[in-house]
Amino acid sequence: MKEISIVAPCGMLGYGFPEESFERAFKETVHGIVVDAGSTDAGPHKLGAGVSIVSDRSLKKDLTLILEKGIPNKVPIIIGSAGGSGTQKHVKHTLEIISEIFKEKDYSAKIAVVWSDYTKEEVKQAMDEGRISSLSSNIPPLNEDSLMETTAIVGQMGHEPIVEALAGGADLIICGRAYDPSPFAAIGIHHGMDPGLSYHLGKILECGALCAEPGTTKDSIIGKIYHDYFTVQSLNPARSCTTTSVAAHTFYEKEHPYLLNGPGFQLDLSACEFTEVGPGIIKVKNSQYIPTKEQLIKIEGARRVAYRTFVLAGVRDPLLLSQLDKVEEEIHSQVKNYYSEISSEDYKINFYYYGKNAVLGDKEPEPFSGHEVGVLFEVLAKTQELADSICATLRSTYLHYGYEGRKSTAGNLAFPFAPSDISFGAVYEFSVYHLLASDKHPFKLEWLEGSI
Amino acid sequence: MTRLYDYAKVLRSKNAGPFEITLDILFDDKEKYYFVKDQNILTHERIAQLYQVDETAIHHFVYFDQALGIKITMARDVSSGSVGERDVYGAQQHAPLMNLEVDGGQS
Repeated sequence: MKEISIVAPCGMLGYGFPEESFERAFKETVHGIVVDAGSTDAGPHKLGAGVSIVSDRSLKKDLTLILEKGIPNKVPIIIGSAGGSGTQKHVKHTLEIISEIFKEKDYSAKIAVVWSDYTKEEVKQAMDEGRISSLSSNIPPLNEDSLMETTAIVGQMGHEPIVEALAGGADLIICGRAYDPSPFAAIGIHHGMDPGLSYHLGKILECGALCAEPGTTKDSIIGKIYHDYFTVQSLNPARSCTTTSVAAHTFYEKEHPYLLNGPGFQLDLSACEFTEVGPGIIKVKNSQYIPTKEQLIKIEGARRVAYRTFVLAGVRDPLLLSQLDKVEEEIHSQVKNYYSEISSEDYKINFYYYGKNAVLGDKEPEPFSGHEVGVLFEVLAKTQELADSICATLRSTYLHYGYEGRKSTAGNLAFPFAPSDISFGAVYEFSVYHLLASDKHPFKLEWLEGSI
Repeated sequence: MTRLYDYAKVLRSKNAGPFEITLDILFDDKEKYYFVKDQNILTHERIAQLYQVDETAIHHFVYFDQALGIKITMARDVSSGSVGERDVYGAQQHAPLMNLEVDGGQS
Protein backbone atom coordinates (compact mmCIF):
# COMPACT_ATOMS: atom_id res chain seq x y z
CA MET A 1 0.00 0.00 0.00
CA LYS A 2 1.34 3.43 -0.83
CA GLU A 3 1.68 6.06 1.83
CA ILE A 4 -0.93 8.63 2.80
CA SER A 5 0.44 12.16 3.22
CA ILE A 6 -1.11 14.77 5.47
CA VAL A 7 0.05 18.35 5.78
CA ALA A 8 -0.63 20.63 8.74
CA PRO A 9 0.02 24.23 7.69
CA CYS A 10 0.21 25.45 11.30
CA GLY A 11 -0.81 24.54 14.83
CA MET A 12 -3.72 26.95 15.04
CA LEU A 13 -5.71 28.40 12.16
CA GLY A 14 -5.02 32.13 12.20
CA TYR A 15 -1.58 31.86 13.84
CA GLY A 16 0.08 32.16 10.41
CA PHE A 17 2.79 30.12 8.66
CA PRO A 18 5.50 30.69 6.03
CA GLU A 19 3.98 30.18 2.57
CA GLU A 20 7.19 28.51 1.30
CA SER A 21 7.02 25.79 3.98
CA PHE A 22 3.41 24.95 3.10
CA GLU A 23 4.21 25.11 -0.63
CA ARG A 24 7.01 22.55 -0.23
CA ALA A 25 4.50 19.84 0.78
CA PHE A 26 2.95 19.85 -2.69
CA LYS A 27 6.04 18.62 -4.52
CA GLU A 28 4.54 15.20 -3.82
CA THR A 29 0.98 13.92 -3.64
CA VAL A 30 -0.88 15.23 -0.57
CA HIS A 31 -4.03 13.40 0.59
CA GLY A 32 -5.29 15.99 3.03
CA ILE A 33 -4.67 19.45 4.44
CA VAL A 34 -5.77 19.50 8.05
CA VAL A 35 -5.67 22.34 10.52
CA ASP A 36 -6.79 22.65 14.12
CA ALA A 37 -8.62 25.86 14.94
CA GLY A 38 -9.57 25.36 18.55
CA SER A 39 -8.53 24.65 22.08
CA THR A 40 -9.65 25.15 25.66
CA ASP A 41 -6.18 26.53 26.46
CA ALA A 42 -7.18 30.18 26.26
CA GLY A 43 -9.80 29.69 28.95
CA PRO A 44 -13.62 29.54 28.94
CA HIS A 45 -14.29 33.01 27.53
CA LYS A 46 -14.41 32.26 23.81
CA LEU A 47 -16.69 29.27 24.33
CA GLY A 48 -19.01 31.24 26.60
CA ALA A 49 -19.04 34.46 24.60
CA GLY A 50 -18.88 32.81 21.16
CA VAL A 51 -15.81 34.77 20.08
CA SER A 52 -12.42 33.87 18.63
CA ILE A 53 -8.86 34.46 19.85
CA VAL A 54 -7.51 34.99 16.35
CA SER A 55 -8.46 38.00 14.23
CA ASP A 56 -10.69 37.72 11.16
CA ARG A 57 -7.82 39.21 9.20
CA SER A 58 -5.38 36.43 10.11
CA LEU A 59 -8.09 33.78 9.81
CA LYS A 60 -8.80 34.90 6.25
CA LYS A 61 -5.10 35.15 5.40
CA ASP A 62 -4.42 31.55 6.51
CA LEU A 63 -7.61 30.18 4.97
CA THR A 64 -6.85 31.86 1.64
CA LEU A 65 -3.46 30.09 1.37
CA ILE A 66 -5.04 26.77 2.37
CA LEU A 67 -8.01 27.04 -0.01
CA GLU A 68 -5.75 28.13 -2.90
CA LYS A 69 -3.90 24.83 -2.61
CA GLY A 70 -6.77 22.53 -1.74
CA ILE A 71 -9.75 23.64 -3.82
CA PRO A 72 -8.22 23.83 -7.37
CA ASN A 73 -6.16 20.65 -6.78
CA LYS A 74 -9.01 18.68 -5.19
CA VAL A 75 -7.04 17.95 -2.01
CA PRO A 76 -9.53 17.56 0.86
CA ILE A 77 -9.29 20.27 3.52
CA ILE A 78 -10.42 19.69 7.11
CA ILE A 79 -10.76 22.37 9.77
CA GLY A 80 -11.03 21.04 13.32
CA SER A 81 -12.80 22.91 16.16
CA ALA A 82 -13.70 25.82 13.91
CA GLY A 83 -13.66 29.33 15.30
CA GLY A 84 -11.85 28.46 18.53
CA SER A 85 -14.45 26.43 20.40
CA GLY A 86 -16.52 24.81 17.67
CA THR A 87 -19.98 26.05 18.65
CA GLN A 88 -22.59 26.69 15.97
CA LYS A 89 -21.75 30.41 16.20
CA HIS A 90 -18.04 29.69 15.67
CA VAL A 91 -18.67 27.37 12.73
CA LYS A 92 -21.00 29.87 11.05
CA HIS A 93 -18.44 32.63 11.41
CA THR A 94 -15.75 30.45 9.80
CA LEU A 95 -18.21 29.68 6.97
CA GLU A 96 -18.75 33.41 6.41
CA ILE A 97 -15.03 33.98 5.95
CA ILE A 98 -14.80 30.96 3.64
CA SER A 99 -17.74 32.29 1.65
CA GLU A 100 -15.95 35.63 1.18
CA ILE A 101 -12.88 33.85 -0.18
CA PHE A 102 -15.01 31.61 -2.43
CA LYS A 103 -16.65 34.71 -3.95
CA GLU A 104 -13.32 36.48 -4.46
CA LYS A 105 -11.74 33.42 -6.09
CA ASP A 106 -14.88 32.16 -7.80
CA TYR A 107 -14.51 28.75 -6.15
CA SER A 108 -17.12 26.08 -5.90
CA ALA A 109 -16.83 22.94 -3.78
CA LYS A 110 -18.65 20.21 -1.94
CA ILE A 111 -18.65 21.35 1.68
CA ALA A 112 -19.51 19.27 4.72
CA VAL A 113 -20.19 20.66 8.17
CA VAL A 114 -20.09 18.46 11.27
CA TRP A 115 -21.98 20.08 14.15
CA SER A 116 -20.96 19.41 17.74
CA ASP A 117 -23.47 21.39 19.82
CA TYR A 118 -25.40 19.91 22.71
CA THR A 119 -28.51 21.45 24.20
CA LYS A 120 -28.81 21.83 27.96
CA GLU A 121 -31.81 19.49 27.81
CA GLU A 122 -29.74 16.74 26.17
CA VAL A 123 -27.08 17.07 28.85
CA LYS A 124 -29.71 17.22 31.60
CA GLN A 125 -31.26 14.02 30.29
CA ALA A 126 -27.85 12.31 30.24
CA MET A 127 -27.33 13.55 33.79
CA ASP A 128 -30.64 12.07 34.91
CA GLU A 129 -29.74 8.79 33.25
CA GLY A 130 -26.38 8.66 35.07
CA ARG A 131 -24.37 9.02 31.87
CA ILE A 132 -22.26 12.00 33.02
CA SER A 133 -18.98 11.52 34.87
CA SER A 134 -16.09 13.73 35.97
CA LEU A 135 -12.70 13.63 34.26
CA SER A 136 -10.65 14.02 37.41
CA SER A 137 -11.24 14.13 41.15
CA ASN A 138 -10.89 17.93 41.40
CA ILE A 139 -13.71 18.64 38.92
CA PRO A 140 -16.99 19.08 40.78
CA PRO A 141 -19.87 16.86 39.66
CA LEU A 142 -22.13 18.54 37.13
CA ASN A 143 -24.98 20.33 38.85
CA GLU A 144 -28.27 21.40 37.37
CA ASP A 145 -28.04 25.07 38.37
CA SER A 146 -24.72 25.73 36.68
CA LEU A 147 -25.79 23.63 33.70
CA MET A 148 -28.86 25.85 33.23
CA GLU A 149 -26.65 28.98 33.35
CA THR A 150 -24.30 27.57 30.72
CA THR A 151 -24.39 29.56 27.49
CA ALA A 152 -22.92 27.01 25.08
CA ILE A 153 -22.08 23.30 25.21
CA VAL A 154 -20.06 21.32 22.68
CA GLY A 155 -18.84 17.73 22.55
CA GLN A 156 -15.51 16.58 21.16
CA MET A 157 -16.09 14.47 18.05
CA GLY A 158 -13.97 11.51 17.00
CA HIS A 159 -13.03 10.62 13.42
CA GLU A 160 -16.30 8.85 12.51
CA PRO A 161 -18.42 11.74 11.15
CA ILE A 162 -15.37 13.20 9.39
CA VAL A 163 -14.62 9.89 7.67
CA GLU A 164 -18.27 9.82 6.61
CA ALA A 165 -17.83 13.27 5.04
CA LEU A 166 -14.65 12.15 3.24
CA ALA A 167 -16.41 9.04 1.96
CA GLY A 168 -19.18 11.29 0.64
CA GLY A 169 -16.66 13.19 -1.45
CA ALA A 170 -16.25 16.37 0.59
CA ASP A 171 -13.69 18.88 -0.68
CA LEU A 172 -13.88 20.92 2.48
CA ILE A 173 -14.99 19.78 5.94
CA ILE A 174 -15.68 22.28 8.71
CA CYS A 175 -15.87 20.56 12.08
CA GLY A 176 -17.37 21.90 15.25
CA ARG A 177 -15.49 20.89 18.38
CA ALA A 178 -13.29 17.89 17.66
CA TYR A 179 -10.82 15.90 19.73
CA ASP A 180 -7.73 17.67 18.39
CA PRO A 181 -6.16 14.65 16.59
CA SER A 182 -9.46 13.36 15.10
CA PRO A 183 -9.59 15.48 11.90
CA PHE A 184 -6.05 14.30 11.09
CA ALA A 185 -6.77 10.69 11.98
CA ALA A 186 -9.83 10.78 9.70
CA ILE A 187 -7.63 11.07 6.59
CA GLY A 188 -5.58 7.95 7.41
CA ILE A 189 -8.60 5.94 8.55
CA HIS A 190 -10.57 6.95 5.43
CA HIS A 191 -7.72 5.50 3.35
CA GLY A 192 -7.77 2.24 5.34
CA MET A 193 -4.73 2.95 7.48
CA ASP A 194 -4.24 1.79 11.06
CA PRO A 195 -6.23 3.95 13.50
CA GLY A 196 -3.46 3.86 16.15
CA LEU A 197 -0.89 5.25 13.73
CA SER A 198 -3.45 7.69 12.30
CA TYR A 199 -4.32 9.08 15.73
CA HIS A 200 -0.76 9.22 17.01
CA LEU A 201 0.29 11.12 13.88
CA GLY A 202 -2.71 13.42 14.40
CA LYS A 203 -1.63 14.10 17.96
CA ILE A 204 1.77 15.21 16.62
CA LEU A 205 0.54 17.20 13.59
CA GLU A 206 -2.20 19.14 15.37
CA CYS A 207 0.38 21.53 16.86
CA GLY A 208 2.07 22.27 13.53
CA ALA A 209 5.86 22.30 13.71
CA LEU A 210 5.98 22.26 17.51
CA CYS A 211 7.45 18.74 17.37
CA ALA A 212 10.51 20.00 15.43
CA GLU A 213 13.54 21.89 16.70
CA PRO A 214 13.27 24.78 17.11
CA GLY A 215 9.59 24.11 17.67
CA THR A 216 6.74 26.43 16.72
CA THR A 217 3.01 26.29 16.10
CA LYS A 218 3.49 28.84 13.31
CA ASP A 219 5.03 26.59 10.66
CA SER A 220 4.08 23.63 8.49
CA ILE A 221 4.76 19.94 9.00
CA ILE A 222 4.09 16.80 7.01
CA GLY A 223 3.25 13.29 8.14
CA LYS A 224 3.07 10.12 6.05
CA ILE A 225 1.28 6.97 7.13
CA TYR A 226 2.50 3.63 5.79
CA HIS A 227 1.21 0.12 6.45
CA ASP A 228 2.79 -0.32 9.89
CA TYR A 229 4.48 2.95 10.75
CA PHE A 230 4.33 6.67 10.08
CA THR A 231 6.92 9.35 9.50
CA VAL A 232 6.99 13.00 10.42
CA GLN A 233 9.16 15.68 8.87
CA SER A 234 9.55 19.45 8.98
CA LEU A 235 8.66 21.38 5.82
CA ASN A 236 11.00 24.22 6.72
CA PRO A 237 14.74 23.51 6.35
CA ALA A 238 15.35 25.87 9.29
CA ARG A 239 13.88 23.23 11.64
CA SER A 240 14.32 19.53 11.97
CA CYS A 241 12.61 16.67 13.76
CA THR A 242 14.65 14.39 16.02
CA THR A 243 13.68 11.16 17.75
CA THR A 244 13.52 12.94 21.10
CA SER A 245 11.69 16.01 19.79
CA VAL A 246 8.96 13.80 18.29
CA ALA A 247 8.83 11.41 21.26
CA ALA A 248 8.71 14.38 23.63
CA HIS A 249 5.88 15.96 21.69
CA THR A 250 3.77 12.88 22.37
CA PHE A 251 3.87 14.24 25.93
CA TYR A 252 2.62 17.67 25.13
CA GLU A 253 -0.39 19.11 27.01
CA LYS A 254 -1.69 15.68 27.98
CA GLU A 255 -2.08 14.39 31.49
CA HIS A 256 -0.29 11.11 30.82
CA PRO A 257 2.81 10.55 28.67
CA TYR A 258 1.68 7.45 26.79
CA LEU A 259 -1.99 6.77 27.54
CA LEU A 260 -4.28 9.15 25.70
CA ASN A 261 -8.05 8.98 26.04
CA GLY A 262 -10.20 9.90 23.06
CA PRO A 263 -13.86 9.48 22.16
CA GLY A 264 -14.44 5.73 22.00
CA PHE A 265 -10.84 4.64 22.45
CA GLN A 266 -7.62 4.79 24.36
CA LEU A 267 -4.32 5.29 22.58
CA ASP A 268 -1.49 3.29 24.15
CA LEU A 269 1.90 4.61 23.08
CA SER A 270 3.99 2.74 25.67
CA ALA A 271 5.53 0.39 23.10
CA CYS A 272 6.30 3.07 20.49
CA GLU A 273 9.68 3.19 18.85
CA PHE A 274 11.09 6.37 17.37
CA THR A 275 13.93 6.11 14.84
CA GLU A 276 15.54 8.50 12.38
CA VAL A 277 15.31 7.01 8.88
CA GLY A 278 16.65 9.97 6.90
CA PRO A 279 17.87 13.44 7.77
CA GLY A 280 15.11 14.87 9.99
CA ILE A 281 12.66 12.10 9.03
CA ILE A 282 11.40 10.34 12.13
CA LYS A 283 9.71 6.96 11.89
CA VAL A 284 7.26 5.91 14.58
CA LYS A 285 5.70 2.48 15.06
CA ASN A 286 3.66 0.45 17.55
CA SER A 287 1.05 3.11 18.36
CA GLN A 288 -1.96 1.15 19.61
CA TYR A 289 -5.63 2.04 19.27
CA ILE A 290 -7.77 0.27 21.85
CA PRO A 291 -11.53 0.73 21.37
CA THR A 292 -13.52 1.27 24.57
CA LYS A 293 -16.87 -0.37 25.30
CA GLU A 294 -18.82 2.85 25.19
CA GLN A 295 -18.18 6.23 23.60
CA LEU A 296 -17.14 8.67 26.30
CA ILE A 297 -17.56 12.09 24.76
CA LYS A 298 -15.87 15.01 26.42
CA ILE A 299 -18.37 17.83 26.71
CA GLU A 300 -17.36 21.44 27.38
CA GLY A 301 -19.52 24.33 28.47
CA ALA A 302 -19.02 27.80 29.90
CA ARG A 303 -21.16 30.14 31.95
CA ARG A 304 -20.86 33.80 32.85
CA VAL A 305 -19.90 34.31 36.50
CA ALA A 306 -19.16 38.05 36.79
CA TYR A 307 -18.14 41.27 35.10
CA ARG A 308 -14.63 42.65 35.52
CA THR A 309 -12.98 46.07 35.67
CA PHE A 310 -9.25 46.32 36.26
CA VAL A 311 -6.34 48.74 36.62
CA LEU A 312 -2.67 48.21 35.90
CA ALA A 313 -0.21 50.59 37.55
CA GLY A 314 3.40 50.75 38.71
CA VAL A 315 4.74 51.21 42.23
CA ARG A 316 8.31 52.46 42.59
CA ASP A 317 8.40 53.88 46.13
CA PRO A 318 10.39 51.57 48.48
CA LEU A 319 8.28 52.38 51.54
CA LEU A 320 5.09 51.38 49.77
CA LEU A 321 6.79 48.27 48.31
CA SER A 322 7.70 47.19 51.84
CA GLN A 323 4.07 47.17 52.97
CA LEU A 324 1.99 46.17 49.93
CA ASP A 325 0.00 43.52 51.78
CA LYS A 326 -0.90 45.82 54.65
CA VAL A 327 -1.88 48.65 52.30
CA GLU A 328 -4.00 46.24 50.25
CA GLU A 329 -5.92 45.24 53.36
CA GLU A 330 -6.54 48.85 54.42
CA ILE A 331 -7.65 50.02 50.97
CA HIS A 332 -9.92 47.03 50.67
CA SER A 333 -11.65 47.85 53.94
CA GLN A 334 -11.99 51.56 53.06
CA VAL A 335 -13.76 50.66 49.83
CA LYS A 336 -15.97 48.19 51.66
CA ASN A 337 -16.95 50.83 54.18
CA TYR A 338 -17.66 53.40 51.48
CA TYR A 339 -20.01 50.99 49.74
CA SER A 340 -21.57 49.67 52.92
CA GLU A 341 -24.97 49.54 51.18
CA ILE A 342 -23.70 46.92 48.74
CA SER A 343 -23.56 43.32 49.92
CA SER A 344 -20.00 41.97 49.96
CA GLU A 345 -21.41 38.92 48.16
CA ASP A 346 -22.06 41.07 45.09
CA TYR A 347 -18.42 41.85 44.33
CA LYS A 348 -14.88 40.67 44.85
CA ILE A 349 -11.55 42.51 44.76
CA ASN A 350 -8.25 40.83 43.85
CA PHE A 351 -4.71 42.22 43.82
CA TYR A 352 -1.79 40.84 41.80
CA TYR A 353 1.78 42.10 42.19
CA TYR A 354 3.84 41.60 39.04
CA GLY A 355 7.50 41.48 40.04
CA LYS A 356 6.68 39.91 43.37
CA ASN A 357 4.40 36.87 43.23
CA ALA A 358 1.74 37.46 40.57
CA VAL A 359 2.42 34.22 38.71
CA LEU A 360 2.65 31.73 41.58
CA GLY A 361 0.71 33.58 44.30
CA ASP A 362 1.19 32.07 47.75
CA LYS A 363 3.29 29.30 46.21
CA GLU A 364 6.10 31.65 45.15
CA PRO A 365 9.26 30.33 46.85
CA GLU A 366 11.50 33.36 46.13
CA PRO A 367 11.52 36.29 48.58
CA PHE A 368 10.73 39.69 47.00
CA SER A 369 13.82 41.74 46.21
CA GLY A 370 12.84 44.11 43.38
CA HIS A 371 12.77 47.90 43.16
CA GLU A 372 9.42 48.18 41.39
CA VAL A 373 6.23 46.21 41.09
CA GLY A 374 3.35 46.19 38.64
CA VAL A 375 0.11 46.25 40.58
CA LEU A 376 -2.96 44.85 38.91
CA PHE A 377 -6.21 45.11 40.77
CA GLU A 378 -9.54 43.87 39.58
CA VAL A 379 -13.11 44.15 40.70
CA LEU A 380 -15.49 41.35 39.81
CA ALA A 381 -19.15 42.17 40.25
CA LYS A 382 -22.67 41.16 39.30
CA THR A 383 -22.94 43.92 36.71
CA GLN A 384 -20.46 45.91 34.66
CA GLU A 385 -21.73 49.16 36.18
CA LEU A 386 -21.06 47.86 39.69
CA ALA A 387 -17.56 46.63 38.74
CA ASP A 388 -16.77 50.00 37.10
CA SER A 389 -18.00 52.00 40.09
CA ILE A 390 -16.21 49.96 42.74
CA CYS A 391 -13.02 49.87 40.69
CA ALA A 392 -13.06 53.68 40.29
CA THR A 393 -13.31 54.06 44.07
CA LEU A 394 -10.64 51.42 44.61
CA ARG A 395 -8.29 53.20 42.20
CA SER A 396 -8.71 56.66 43.75
CA THR A 397 -8.37 55.19 47.25
CA TYR A 398 -5.14 53.42 46.31
CA LEU A 399 -3.76 56.47 44.51
CA HIS A 400 -4.16 58.76 47.51
CA TYR A 401 -3.96 56.40 50.45
CA GLY A 402 -1.71 57.79 53.23
CA TYR A 403 0.15 54.70 54.39
CA GLU A 404 2.46 54.81 57.37
CA GLY A 405 5.56 56.99 56.90
CA ARG A 406 4.63 58.08 53.36
CA LYS A 407 7.00 60.57 51.73
CA SER A 408 5.47 60.54 48.21
CA THR A 409 2.38 62.38 49.36
CA ALA A 410 1.21 63.35 45.86
CA GLY A 411 0.24 59.85 44.74
CA ASN A 412 1.04 56.13 45.04
CA LEU A 413 0.50 54.76 41.54
CA ALA A 414 2.13 55.36 38.15
CA PHE A 415 -0.58 54.73 35.55
CA PRO A 416 0.75 53.88 32.08
CA PHE A 417 -2.50 54.92 30.41
CA ALA A 418 -5.31 57.40 30.66
CA PRO A 419 -7.97 56.37 31.36
CA SER A 420 -6.59 53.96 33.91
CA ASP A 421 -9.65 51.75 34.43
CA ILE A 422 -10.38 49.03 31.90
CA SER A 423 -13.97 47.92 31.67
CA PHE A 424 -13.31 44.32 30.66
CA GLY A 425 -16.73 42.76 30.18
CA ALA A 426 -17.98 39.33 31.16
CA VAL A 427 -15.90 36.69 32.92
CA TYR A 428 -16.69 33.04 32.29
CA GLU A 429 -15.83 29.71 33.85
CA PHE A 430 -15.92 26.14 32.59
CA SER A 431 -19.18 24.99 34.10
CA VAL A 432 -19.20 21.77 32.07
CA TYR A 433 -16.07 19.71 31.53
CA HIS A 434 -17.29 16.16 31.84
CA LEU A 435 -17.63 12.88 30.04
CA LEU A 436 -20.92 11.90 28.48
CA ALA A 437 -21.46 8.21 27.79
CA SER A 438 -23.12 7.45 24.49
CA ASP A 439 -23.62 4.21 22.57
CA LYS A 440 -22.95 5.88 19.24
CA HIS A 441 -21.61 9.23 18.15
CA PRO A 442 -24.22 12.02 18.06
CA PHE A 443 -22.51 14.41 15.61
CA LYS A 444 -24.62 15.57 12.68
CA LEU A 445 -23.22 15.88 9.19
CA GLU A 446 -24.67 18.53 6.87
CA TRP A 447 -23.82 19.07 3.21
CA LEU A 448 -23.50 22.49 1.58
CA GLU A 449 -23.13 22.37 -2.17
CA GLY A 450 -21.68 24.87 -4.60
CA SER A 451 -20.25 28.28 -3.99
CA ILE A 452 -21.95 28.79 -0.55
CA MET B 1 25.34 22.27 43.10
CA THR B 2 23.45 21.48 39.87
CA ARG B 3 19.94 22.80 39.49
CA LEU B 4 17.28 20.85 37.60
CA TYR B 5 16.76 23.98 35.47
CA ASP B 6 20.35 23.67 34.16
CA TYR B 7 20.36 19.87 34.02
CA ALA B 8 17.19 19.33 31.97
CA LYS B 9 16.81 20.26 28.31
CA VAL B 10 13.15 21.16 28.63
CA LEU B 11 11.41 22.15 31.84
CA ARG B 12 7.88 23.30 31.11
CA SER B 13 4.35 23.51 32.38
CA LYS B 14 1.11 23.58 30.43
CA ASN B 15 -2.61 23.02 30.79
CA ALA B 16 -3.77 19.46 30.40
CA GLY B 17 -7.37 20.56 30.07
CA PRO B 18 -8.66 23.46 32.19
CA PHE B 19 -8.52 21.60 35.50
CA GLU B 20 -5.01 20.14 35.46
CA ILE B 21 -1.46 21.41 35.05
CA THR B 22 1.15 19.13 33.56
CA LEU B 23 4.88 19.51 34.11
CA ASP B 24 7.31 17.99 31.60
CA ILE B 25 10.98 17.42 32.36
CA LEU B 26 12.89 16.28 29.28
CA PHE B 27 16.58 15.41 28.91
CA ASP B 28 18.87 15.43 25.90
CA ASP B 29 20.91 12.46 26.98
CA LYS B 30 20.17 9.06 28.45
CA GLU B 31 22.74 9.36 31.21
CA LYS B 32 21.09 12.45 32.66
CA TYR B 33 17.59 11.03 32.36
CA TYR B 34 18.49 7.74 34.03
CA PHE B 35 20.47 9.55 36.73
CA VAL B 36 17.38 11.53 37.75
CA LYS B 37 15.17 8.45 37.40
CA ASP B 38 17.44 5.97 39.20
CA GLN B 39 18.46 8.32 42.00
CA ASN B 40 14.80 9.17 42.71
CA ILE B 41 15.60 12.87 42.58
CA LEU B 42 11.86 13.42 42.34
CA THR B 43 9.32 11.82 44.60
CA HIS B 44 5.63 12.43 45.22
CA GLU B 45 6.57 13.89 48.57
CA ARG B 46 9.15 16.29 47.15
CA ILE B 47 6.80 17.50 44.41
CA ALA B 48 3.98 18.05 46.90
CA GLN B 49 6.37 20.04 49.08
CA LEU B 50 7.61 22.25 46.21
CA TYR B 51 4.08 23.02 45.04
CA GLN B 52 2.63 23.21 48.54
CA VAL B 53 -0.11 20.75 47.70
CA ASP B 54 -1.37 17.54 49.19
CA GLU B 55 0.09 14.41 47.56
CA THR B 56 -3.41 13.45 46.43
CA ALA B 57 -3.38 16.52 44.15
CA ILE B 58 -0.69 14.80 42.08
CA HIS B 59 -2.71 12.81 39.55
CA HIS B 60 0.16 11.34 37.51
CA PHE B 61 3.91 11.05 38.00
CA VAL B 62 5.26 8.92 35.16
CA TYR B 63 8.61 8.20 33.48
CA PHE B 64 8.60 7.68 29.70
CA ASP B 65 11.95 6.19 28.69
CA GLN B 66 11.55 6.58 24.90
CA ALA B 67 11.20 10.33 25.27
CA LEU B 68 13.78 10.63 28.08
CA GLY B 69 11.07 12.45 29.93
CA ILE B 70 9.17 12.70 33.16
CA LYS B 71 5.59 13.90 33.40
CA ILE B 72 3.88 15.19 36.50
CA THR B 73 0.21 16.15 36.31
CA MET B 74 -1.58 17.85 39.15
CA ALA B 75 -4.90 19.43 40.01
CA ARG B 76 -5.26 23.17 39.48
CA ASP B 77 -6.50 25.14 42.47
CA VAL B 78 -8.68 27.24 40.16
CA SER B 79 -9.69 26.18 36.65
CA SER B 80 -8.09 27.95 33.67
CA GLY B 81 -9.42 31.45 33.03
CA SER B 82 -11.76 31.51 36.04
CA VAL B 83 -11.90 34.20 38.70
CA GLY B 84 -8.72 34.27 40.80
CA GLU B 85 -6.72 32.22 38.33
CA ARG B 86 -3.21 33.47 37.50
CA ASP B 87 -1.92 31.59 34.47
CA VAL B 88 -4.54 30.80 31.83
CA TYR B 89 -2.27 28.53 29.73
CA GLY B 90 -0.49 27.21 32.82
CA ALA B 91 2.73 28.05 31.00
CA GLN B 92 4.84 29.45 33.88
CA GLN B 93 4.10 26.98 36.64
CA HIS B 94 7.41 25.14 36.23
CA ALA B 95 9.27 27.65 38.44
CA PRO B 96 9.08 25.72 41.75
CA LEU B 97 10.96 22.82 40.07
CA MET B 98 13.84 24.96 38.80
CA ASN B 99 16.01 25.02 41.90
CA LEU B 100 15.65 21.34 42.70
CA GLU B 101 19.16 20.07 43.34
CA VAL B 102 20.52 17.25 41.20
CA ASP B 103 23.50 16.37 43.37
CA GLY B 104 26.19 14.34 41.66
CA GLY B 105 24.67 14.87 38.20
CA GLN B 106 27.12 15.99 35.53
CA SER B 107 25.72 19.04 33.79
